Order: sequence, then C-alpha cells, then structure tokens
Amino acid sequence: MSVTDEAPAGHVGRELRRKEDPRLITGRARYVDDISLPGMLWASFVRSSEAHATIVSIDTSAAAARDGIHAVFTGEDMSDLGGPLPMAWVPPGVEVNNPEHWPLARGAVKHVGDPVAVVVGEDRYAVQDAAEDVIVEYDELPAIIDPEAAIAGPPYVHEQFGTNRVHEWSLAGGDVEAGFAEADVVVERRVINHRIAGAPIECRGVLADYRAGSLTLWTATQVPHFVRLFMALLLGLGEDHVRVIAPEVGGGFGQKLQVYGEELFACWASRKLDRPIKWIETRSENMSVAHQGRDQISAVKMGAKRDGTITAFHVKILADFGAYNMILTPLIPSLGAFVMGGCYKIPNVQTDITGVFTNKCPTDAIRGAGRPEATQMIEVTLDQLAHELGMDPVEIRRRNFIPKEDFPAETATGVVYDSGDYHRTLDRLLEHVDVAAFRREQAQLRSEGVYRGIGFCTWTEICGLAPSRITGPAGVGVQAGLWESAMIRVHNTGAVTVYTGTSPHGQGLETAMAQIVADKLGVDPSVVEIIHGDTSMGPEGRNTYGSRSLATGGEAVAKATDKIVDKVKAIVAAELEAAPEDIEVTADRFAVRGSPDKGLALADVAGIAYVGAVPEGMEPGLEETTFYDPENFVFPFGAHACIVDVDAETGKVVVQRYVAVDDCGRAVNPMLIEGQIHGGVAFGIGQALYERVYYDDSGQLITGTFVNYAIPTAAEMPSFETDRTETPSPVNSLGAKGVGEAGTIAASAAVTNAVIDALRPLGVDYINMPLSPMRIWDAISSSQGTNAEGGAQS
Amino acid sequence: MIPAEFDYTAPESLQDAISALVDGGEDAKLLAGGHSLIPLMKLRLAAPSLLVDLRKVPGLHGVERQNGHWRIGALTTHSALEHSPDLGIVAAVAATIADPQVRHRGTIGGSLAHGDAASDLPAVMLLTEGEVTLQGPNGQRTVGAGDLFKDYLTTDVGEDEVLTEIRVSAMDGWGYGHQKFNRRSEDWAMVGVAAVVKANGGTCEDVRVGLTNMGSVPLRATAVEEALRGRELSAENIARAAESAAEGTNPPADLNATTEYKRHLARVLTKRAIQDAVGAG
Repeated sequence: MSVTDEAPAGHVGRELRRKEDPRLITGRARYVDDISLPGMLWASFVRSSEAHATIVSIDTSAAAARDGIHAVFTGEDMSDLGGPLPMAWVPPGVEVNNPEHWPLARGAVKHVGDPVAVVVGEDRYAVQDAAEDVIVEYDELPAIIDPEAAIAGPPYVHEQFGTNRVHEWSLAGGDVEAGFAEADVVVERRVINHRIAGAPIECRGVLADYRAGSLTLWTATQVPHFVRLFMALLLGLGEDHVRVIAPEVGGGFGQKLQVYGEELFACWASRKLDRPIKWIETRSENMSVAHQGRDQISAVKMGAKRDGTITAFHVKILADFGAYNMILTPLIPSLGAFVMGGCYKIPNVQTDITGVFTNKCPTDAIRGAGRPEATQMIEVTLDQLAHELGMDPVEIRRRNFIPKEDFPAETATGVVYDSGDYHRTLDRLLEHVDVAAFRREQAQLRSEGVYRGIGFCTWTEICGLAPSRITGPAGVGVQAGLWESAMIRVHNTGAVTVYTGTSPHGQGLETAMAQIVADKLGVDPSVVEIIHGDTSMGPEGRNTYGSRSLATGGEAVAKATDKIVDKVKAIVAAELEAAPEDIEVTADRFAVRGSPDKGLALADVAGIAYVGAVPEGMEPGLEETTFYDPENFVFPFGAHACIVDVDAETGKVVVQRYVAVDDCGRAVNPMLIEGQIHGGVAFGIGQALYERVYYDDSGQLITGTFVNYAIPTAAEMPSFETDRTETPSPVNSLGAKGVGEAGTIAASAAVTNAVIDALRPLGVDYINMPLSPMRIWDAISSSQGTNAEGGAQS
Repeated sequence: MIPAEFDYTAPESLQDAISALVDGGEDAKLLAGGHSLIPLMKLRLAAPSLLVDLRKVPGLHGVERQNGHWRIGALTTHSALEHSPDLGIVAAVAATIADPQVRHRGTIGGSLAHGDAASDLPAVMLLTEGEVTLQGPNGQRTVGAGDLFKDYLTTDVGEDEVLTEIRVSAMDGWGYGHQKFNRRSEDWAMVGVAAVVKANGGTCEDVRVGLTNMGSVPLRATAVEEALRGRELSAENIARAAESAAEGTNPPADLNATTEYKRHLARVLTKRAIQDAVGAG
C-alpha cells in the first residue's frame, strides 16, 4: 500500500481494528438462531417439488395429528392479509406485469421450493418430520425454464398476462445507429451472465412475537426498516406497534435486501396462535428459495474508430426474473444501464431491457446488482475491439477514459459522475504489473506449452443508493425516499451512542462510524457505541445495500455530530468567555484556538448540558438528529488486473495474481476497504470460474447444496494485491464513496479477459462464464477441431 | 442438522457392535467418522433407525507394518494416513481427500464400506493388492479389493458385518503418482488416476493404473498397463499407453463433465500420473 505519505491527523484514515470483532471471534454475538423465547413454537415449510403445477389437494391431516403439532396452514388460511408481498418499483410510463405473490401458494406453484403449507409445532425436529407427512397432489404444468423460449411463449408462467414478458425499459443517449455508422470496426457479442446465489453463511431466520397488541420480529435482514413498514401494512398494524430487529446478521450480499413471505408468515402466525414463532432456514432452502441474482442474456454491440475511439455501445438485455417480482426485481438490470458507458467517454449509448418470467426462483439484488453485468459486457467487448484493431488492451482503455478535467461528468445518458481520475488508478496498477515483462514471459511460456494470460478491467459504478430526487417515485420510480438518518446522544459522562438508520451486517460500519464521530468530538473511538438494526431505537432509517452505508449513513452521522459540535462549542465558549468560532477540537478536548491546554473535555461539556447550566435560551441535554439526502450518487472506480494459467489439456484455470487498485474516495478505515475488496474480488472470481445456479429442463434445481454450488475456498484464491488512490467525492463532507460491491463489479471481467488472453493463440476469442474446465476444454477443442462432442453445461 | 428420528448406541466391544447391528435390522447403520452418512441424514436421503457408533470399540485404529504389508485399522482417519509417509501412495491419496476438517474425522474403513465411486481410496486398494477384514455374526472373512466394490454405493460388506481392518501391500520398490482432477480442492474427483510403476533400469517391469469415478466402481486401466509393461519408460511410450486409459469405460455425465470429457481427462491424468510415478513428471 502506498496511497499517501500523509499520516492521518485523527482517527479517520487509520486502520483501526474492528470494534465488532471481539464478540464475533469469541462467539458472543447473537444471531436470530441464538434467541429463544418462552412458549416459542417452530415452523417448517412444505415446499413445492414441482417447477410449475396446479395444486389439486393438500392433505394436512396426518401432519396435524402428530404429537406436538399445533397447526398446519395453507394459502387459504392466510386470506386476511392486507395484500400480497411487495414490489416497490413503479417506473413512470412503464408497464410492469406484477403477479400477486403470497407467503403460501394459492392454487398453483411457480417454482421448486414455492411454499405450499407450513407446520407449526413444539420442536424443530417434530415440525420437519410432520412437514414430510403433508401430502400435496399436483397437476403438472409445462415448466418454462429457458428465458429465450419463455419470451417467445406460450406456455406462460402467469397465464393472466398472456405473455411471459415482465416489462420493457430503455435508457438511451445520443444515437447509437449514427454512432455505428461512424465506426470502422463493430464487435458483437452474446454475453451470458449466469444466475448466481448470494449464499450468506448465515441463512435466513425469523422469530416473531406478537403479544398484547404489539409485534416484535427478529429477522436476519439487511433492511429492518423496510420490513417493519410492510409487516405493519400487510398485517394491519400501526408502525408504532411493530418493532423489527436485525440482530447480528451473518452476511447478506443482497439476498437479505428483501421482504420475505417467511417473515410475514411468522408474524401472522404469532398473532393467530398467540405464541412466538421461530423459523430457521436450512441451507437447502436458502439455495432454492432465497432470491438469486444476475441471469441475463445480452446482445452487445460496440463500435469504434480505427484509432480506438468508441463511437457507440448498444446492449439488449433479456433478464430472467424467475417466477415472481420481489421487492426490486425488475429494477436491477436498470442499475447497470445507469453506468453502461463505464468509465469511457462514449457519445452514443443505449440499453434496452426486457424482463421475463420463468419457473425458477426469483432474482433480485445480489452483490453488485446490475453493475457487474454492465461491467462484464463493456470490458469483454472492449478487449475484443482492441484485438480486432490490433491495439493493446491497456491503450484502448486510456484512449477512451473520461478525462479528469470533465468531472463532474455527464454521460450520454444524462447520469452525472461525481468524480474520477481513471488514468491515475491505471497508472498505479501498472506500477504493480509490468505488462511488457509479462508479455515476454507469456511468449516464453507459450513456447513451453503453458498458456498464461492477463486481463484488465477498468470500471466505475453507481452506488451510495440515494438521492431521493433521482431514485424516488418522481425519478426512477422506487416507492421510497432513499436518504439516511442518524441520531447522536452524548451521555452525562461523555460516552457517545450513535443510532444509524443503516443496518450493517459484516462491513465494519460500527468501527468506521466511531472513527468519524471520535475525531469530531475529541474522544476515543472506544467510547463511541453504534446502534443499528433495531427500528425501536433511533430514527427511521433506510438500511444497508447498494454500497450506501458510509456515503449516506456515515455522512448522516457526520452531520448529526456537527450539530453536537455546534452546541458544544457554544457551551465551551460561554464557559471560557470566548467566541464559539474560536473554539476548536483537539484529540481530547474543546479548547480556545491557540490555547490548547485551556479547554473542556466532552465529558465536562456533557455534565454542563445535563445539569442544565447551559447558556440562556439553549435547551439542556446533548442529543441531535439528522436526515441526510445527498445531491447525487457516488461513483467509485478502479483498475484491476488478473493473471491466470490455463491448463490447455484439461481446461483448468489457476489464478496466479490478482491486483486491485481501487478509488472509493477518502478512506475512513483502509483496513475495512481492503477487507471489502478481498471479499468482493473473491465473489467475482467465484462467479467467473466456479459458481452457477443450475436448473435442469424440468425446473429441478441441481445446485441445491455447496457440493454442487461451487463457492471457491481459500485454496482456490491467490493472495490478493491491493492498492488505492483517493479522489474525494464532492458529494459528501467525508469525501467517501461505497466499496462493498466494487471488487465484485470488477473481478469477473478481469478474470474472463485473462482467460481469453491466455487462449487466443489457440483460436479462442470468447467463452461465457463460468469458465469451468469443461467449457474451456470444449472451446479449445471446438476451435482446434478436436472435440466431437459438445454440450457443456456447467 | 435436522435428521429424521433415530436411536443411537455406542457399544464397547466389536461383538456388542455386531449384535446391535443384527438386532437393529436392515435400518441399523454403523457410524464411523460420519462424513458420508451424516450428510445423507442431514438431507434426509438416509433415515436409519439406529446408529451403532464404533468410537468406543477398541483395536480399530492405527497403522502397522507386518512383513510386506501394512495393516490399517478401519477407524484410522484420513489425516492419520496422510501423516504416515511410509504408506506411500495411500498417504499421498489420503492427503487429497476433501479438506482438513473432513480428513480429521473421516475414516478409511467408512470410506471403503460406503463405496462411493468418486472417493479416492478404493482405486488405491486395487493397486496395492488391498483386502479388508469383515467381522459378522458368523465370524470373520477377508475380501480382496477386486471383489469389495459391487456398484454405486454398494459393497460386499453385509448389513450385519463390521469392516475392521485393511491390508495393503507395502509396494516396496514401486514408484507412485496420483492425479486428482476437481474444480475446487475440497471436491470429489471428477476423475482421479493413481499409478504405481516398478522400474528396472529404464524399463517398465510392472505397472498398475487405477481409475476413480470412471464407472460405478474403481477400475484398473488394464489396456494402459499392458501397453507399457516391459517397455522403455520414455515419455512417448507413456503418452501412447495413456491413450488407452478410457478404453472400455462409460462414465455417466454430471453437472461438471460429459462422458467424453471424463474420458479425455482419464487419458491426460493417466499420462501425468505415470510420469509422476517414474519421476519424469
């Protein structure tokens, strides 16, 4: 790491160890499954074995007759709900086919795992035994699995629409046809971005307790505030009577940005049975029914002048949404459309999206959510363009970068990138990767039969999800404002409690936020406690997803703390008979400028505030709240390189090096950034080389366990090399951008480009992910005319 | 893990274990390391009525040399095998099984009795003149590796028998090589090839090649062996012989590999395993 020579003046910028870790490492964290209540009952869902069928009958009698079983419910029993499960995107002027989606199927099942009935009883084992005794008779319907066949339907997943199309949505700037007319070279690609799972290590889980008119729900979620709103609406309760708690949450990756039927069922059943209801998901359930991601087939077309200048980029995305629209399902590909030009100055860009229903698990946001797909399309196509122009892949990127003088830079489609310095991250990357030396080594190795390749990905993305004016009902059409809140309470003793409306679940926000507050208040981060994920503590919030929690939530914390600082300065000024503007914070006190030893510590000020000895006209106490709605998104960027060896005899890929240079604005805690990049890159390598959710032609899920759903382990990963540049965001006072999705957005394209670079001498110029050994062997064999048999699946 | 209901007993002698198995009927199962049975129970693909845990039965652990053989107790873990370098190819193959957690619990006896076509040790048994001792209500018998594996997940071990020990030849004077191909290091083999070679000067005095996951049971690549036996151990001869590795095999396609790809892998891996065995890799 060689980011800056300046040592940070305060806590911000330091690699402070995570405040979260002691409880996690010592096993003292409390997840949903660690919580039990007296009188609690367990739930177990009976799930569809069929991809598409009418339910002829459900016989619950044997299950209900078992010892310890209190109730067996089916869809008809839940007819008193206020409405179906929510879909919160209403794009202005666009029609979205949106079928009713209930916690328990009503009359028909639409994918394997669709819940049909649920057994409630006294212990976890008994309810699962009883669930096996529920007999469901199905009348099979045709399983619609291939999205391209589906869009041409019939047959239909939802007969009432007379089509499998969910919606059509476009975003265009300039004139792509004119741009292609100007081009000397046009490259077309069919890019398949396959379906993947979020696969958090903690599966989902809920514990609902309705008593005396009030509901408490513990749930493994990223979005407790959203869940509270919808539990209240769908159960006919006031939000004042609904408390949702996300306790320790063991990873989300977007899968827990959702309002799930299991959450609603548990709340409903607790009210119905007057008992706490607990459900803990099994891994098999998580793999088959928790929402999945990606699954796009795209026709991609890019044109350029002879000198490499890109003239037009047009992508037509067919997005497989599975059986239902979840909370944001149809919006996800559009998130990619907002950055479809990437970090390049492209005058004509168009994205056309068609959503399609199939009899598979629904898709929705999974880490990156639309932007990894966009980056893959841009970067693999750009590499092919460079190849056809005889240009170096690094050079063609430089040629097209939006120059730093252009920022804030409006793209062809009208999105305004806040800041960027793309040449600088690429320059830094090339300090770590000697491309000329690599090419010499590559040539030498090829003569020895070793196929080594290098792939680049230079990228930007849109994150820090907010602002309401763009994302909200009048803008993109999300039916919620996406701002963020914070409340700061300085206690009598000077200890500080921060309530954030975000809901971190592994990112380290407790540490980063404490660093921000500590600097502003002249205290140690250890005395700053961050409370999150509990709707009854602190103000209404907008939760954690879309790499937003620091850029929106952290900034809200900063702004609320600034209000505290203003009040503290006024009190200190009065005490020291100085002007408030002459008071400044030091490492441990507020002092008059120029007299650092003469001052008051925060604890002294809090004492004054709480005994009420404040200046006339000032309220006592020391507590402030902020709602922060930024002016714009933030746009992190970076330059990644991957070096792979491909065993040309077997098709196996080994990642030799992965170098990531990222710029997520000003770093609050570089160690947390590095951790997010490591995880994000691993996620992207996982998709590129190993992971795929696979359904067979009858709609049965083949990858239902971690045996077949091949999440890579440490043994498959290289030792990541990371570095940063810091280009502050002008959007917020921290200068910070998001980083949770950055590595994932970049990595799959870097890996793909590296594999193709390795295989070009063998005549291979493109392979869709996942780049499994058999696919690569197939591609080599086809290109060399040595393989009689194709048909690679995985 | 939420399995179906079952009873459990941990007898303290082999005779009591056999009695428990007999009394428990066909739905009673032996529990050794549990790394095949427990996952099946977790997924409710297996629902035994009784688990007879062997952990308290004495005398089932350990590795000892007996003249030209190794005697290996059935409850010896893969990790113990891995860390017994004198075992040669058995140790080398054991070191590639799954991951360290699995190797610390999983046992050689459990693996062989389970008879998974994709597990690594059965093919090694074919190369090392391996045999197993089975104890049942009617006494003891010995079964050679060639007769032990019957079909997918089917072995010659009777429902009321306990596999107590394994004997393998010490293979003194043989070189060995092992090539396991998988997507992740912890995965089962898509294809595995183990080879042992007895060289005399530069000539192949004898060779044995075992294939994993190329059929319902572990296989010997006899055509390869015949093509190489008595010949000079040159790279060309090895490569030519390895071309016959998939002869007579018809491995079923799965998510990761077509039949044809598995057959291709068998040829490539056989070449590499033999090269490793002769130190030419």
